[in-house]
Amino acid sequence: MKVEQISIFLENKPGGLSGVTRVLKDAGINIRALSLADTSDFGILRLIVDDVNKAKKVLNDNGFAVGRTHVIAVEVPDRPGGLHSILDLLTRHNINVEYMYAFVERSGENAVIIFRFDDIDQAIQVLLDGGFTVLRGEQVYSL
Amino acid sequence: MIFNEEFETLPREALASLQLKRLKQVVERVYHTVGFYRKKFDEAGVKPEDIRSLEDLGRLPFTTKQDLRDNYPFGLFSVPMSNIVRLHASSGTTGKPTVVGYTRRDIETWAELMARSLAAAGLTKNDIVHNAYGYGLFTGGLGVHYGAERLGASVIPMSGGNTKKQILILQDFGPTAICCTPSYTLYLAEVGEEMGVDMRSLRLRVGILGAEPWGERMRKEIESRLDITALDIYGLSEIMGPGVAMECIEGKNGLHIFEDNFIVEVIDPSTGEVLPDGQAGELVFTTLTKEAFPLVRYRTKDLSRLMREVCRCGRTFVRMERVMGRSDDMFIIRGVNVFPSQIESVLMEIEGLEPHYMLIIDREGALDTLEIQVEVSERIFSDEIRRLQNLERRIAKDIKDYIGITAKVKLVEPKTLQRTEGKAQRVVDKRPR
Repeated sequence: MKVEQISIFLENKPGGLSGVTRVLKDAGINIRALSLADTSDFGILRLIVDDVNKAKKVLNDNGFAVGRTHVIAVEVPDRPGGLHSILDLLTRHNINVEYMYAFVERSGENAVIIFRFDDIDQAIQVLLDGGFTVLRGEQVYSL
Repeated sequence: MIFNEEFETLPREALASLQLKRLKQVVERVYHTVGFYRKKFDEAGVKPEDIRSLEDLGRLPFTTKQDLRDNYPFGLFSVPMSNIVRLHASSGTTGKPTVVGYTRRDIETWAELMARSLAAAGLTKNDIVHNAYGYGLFTGGLGVHYGAERLGASVIPMSGGNTKKQILILQDFGPTAICCTPSYTLYLAEVGEEMGVDMRSLRLRVGILGAEPWGERMRKEIESRLDITALDIYGLSEIMGPGVAMECIEGKNGLHIFEDNFIVEVIDPSTGEVLPDGQAGELVFTTLTKEAFPLVRYRTKDLSRLMREVCRCGRTFVRMERVMGRSDDMFIIRGVNVFPSQIESVLMEIEGLEPHYMLIIDREGALDTLEIQVEVSERIFSDEIRRLQNLERRIAKDIKDYIGITAKVKLVEPKTLQRTEGKAQRVVDKRPR
């Protein structure tokens, strides 16, 4: 049920982001989803890629600090109120979302949202009980 | 192990009388053979015969790095060039290099003191010594080399640089001891790990590390990454080179100064006043046995303090605490005196931080600013912004609490700060002068 995300520390300077994308390009790794969080000094690039181990290795080889985190990918009905129905459920169960971002591809008729929780197992249970579809890692990497 | 049992365990009274006898000889000799000293002693109104006790040393004027520069290159030698068999020079990072000369006997003395140092680290003739100190004008390479040979150990004259080759030699020759700067051991560990070498499984047992200030956290880091015991060695080319003082493996707490060859004092760097034992200040050395280039009350600019407590190793020599920094590395931020070593020790208390940092001093308007750049290792990296920001705040708060200055902390990408193979340059002062 969990999806592995890699995250990369970047200083805010020209060429920082393209340094990462070049390494991934050269290794033939496809980026499936991404988000960039930043402050005035640094940013954290979070990526879902098709080959987590290889991506981490080539990025490490090129001197980047790379983290691996478990996130989950949830199917969201692609209509007004779709995302709200999930967040509303989480709020009612007092589950805090650390961050979230949207997936590029759709899963059938649905959009896919990546969530990061402190207590990921509890969140998965609540979402499943609420009737939502939580995608497996392999499904997500190959979407 | 003690290399020279007789001298290294001399009872304090016997040591004091030996020091006094040798001090009188040195003062007598420099007064009559080096114009610079005759002039300075005359100006201070001290004659060699006025030195009757060790306390009288305090009547003699200090010698400074500037004096060495003023007499560049050979003006302070006390023997003719025909008696000098070796010349070395300091790195000269802050101006002209200072040149030092050695007679044949000086080289022998130095080799003995280096052999004592290696023995203090537990080495014997059965050890193989990987010597990665630079060979050349710098005293590190040849100093260690002669000492290792005197001890009878097998020495690999690696010198600095060519790090991948060094890793290969470390694997294939199986040295049991390594001599280099502490930052270079970490660099070796880093490069070795990148090459896929298990740096903990090498035959290395002990590191004899020096030529730059380092701290306890860096020691732990080196010891865990290379699975060795890391010991501190002290020396400076003006006084002799490496082997002026050495940490013993039994005590691992402070460096024994080879007092049969040197008299050490600690002074207040601003007033020149001699400080009582235990107080931190600038180390001042007088050489007792050097022939070619004797120095009287030489101000090292190295900051440390002396420990008189008896050491478990059996040596009677006083110990100096590891050098805390250089009195001329000191910078003043908004009126506060700051040593890079103070900042380093704050950083090293924070779990997961790499011992690589840079201090950028600048001025905004009329206000001095200090930026501390710290590398983000995977151990402290988080995918959550607020955790990294908390880390920045924690560092800034600790700096404020312990040193009393406000600093901006900037996290930078791993391995982007300078790794030097010699003395690490950690301060960049951009303030207009």
